[in-house]
Amino acid sequence: MEDRVFAQFADVMSLDPSVDRADLVYNEYPGWDSVAHMTLVAALETEFDCMLEMDDILDMSSFAKAVELIQKYA
Amino acid sequence: MPEASLSLGGKIAVVTGGARGIGLAISETLAANGASVIINVRQDEVRAAEVAARLASDYGVETDFVVGDVALAATADQLARKAFGLGRRLDVYVNNAGILRDGLIGMVPQSDIDTVLGINLQGVIHGVQAAVRVMRRSGGGSIINISSIIGRVGNAGQIVYGAAKAGVIGATMSAAKELAPLGIRVNAIAPGFIATDMTAQLPPQKFRERIESIAMGRIGEPQEIANLALFLSSDLSSYITGQVIGVDGGMLV
Repeated sequence: MEDRVFAQFADVMSLDPSVDRADLVYNEYPGWDSVAHMTLVAALETEFDCMLEMDDILDMSSFAKAVELIQKYA
Repeated sequence: MPEASLSLGGKIAVVTGGARGIGLAISETLAANGASVIINVRQDEVRAAEVAARLASDYGVETDFVVGDVALAATADQLARKAFGLGRRLDVYVNNAGILRDGLIGMVPQSDIDTVLGINLQGVIHGVQAAVRVMRRSGGGSIINISSIIGRVGNAGQIVYGAAKAGVIGATMSAAKELAPLGIRVNAIAPGFIATDMTAQLPPQKFRERIESIAMGRIGEPQEIANLALFLSSDLSSYITGQVIGVDGGMLV
């Protein structure tokens, strides 16, 4: 699960696999801005064949949080 | 030979307020041209079910409906999820649901302000938000917002309605700019005086005055709005976004 989520992050933000996943924080990590966020949501929704709730989109403030949220849908 | 056509075969459309008046004409026209249609109504579940069943049977398309107030974001969310469930895509979203509450400036209760802005303006914004969620994944789409001639030029006794419909134009233009890179087009239709339950509420004298203000000398038909909605839904309008198109027979307010 975590790796599948990371694969979407890596794809959207062109991340190196060696990146420290704890550094991935919305609006702090370079490249994770609002535009990337919406692209990321679409990528996660496609990967997990679901539609996130608006509240979850707004709450998805870090990689760890994304993994936690996606578990509801997967 | 041009490749684009009016055909909506294989496309999925949502029409809010889609079981009466202009919305019904749009639902039917999109279905008649091959789109699967998900209709929203605020309350009348029986009517929604009847319209959905009739369109499915008359035009051989899939139909469904959602009962809910568009002022609530949950309604748009449910509509988008229905489309997603139906075909993992959404191609056309028509924000048509609207309500008319006229009143002189000193006599508009807060409850009317909340209701009219909630349905006519917030409802459109919710619709755009929900539509984009699915459209961006299926490579684009067309969002059509029903504004009004009153939103462009105003009218005495319609401060709230005019504000809401002008807001729809601002929302349309902003969304068009933000969504163009995603292949999502956003346009508004500004109907003039159209024969619906809404305009039938007018007293006879007011009704006559309105007709006299129309250069073509007649009221418009819901189908004449639906024809433009069909064009904006189709690939024939593939390079048109951020526009407000009047369908008003040359009406002067």
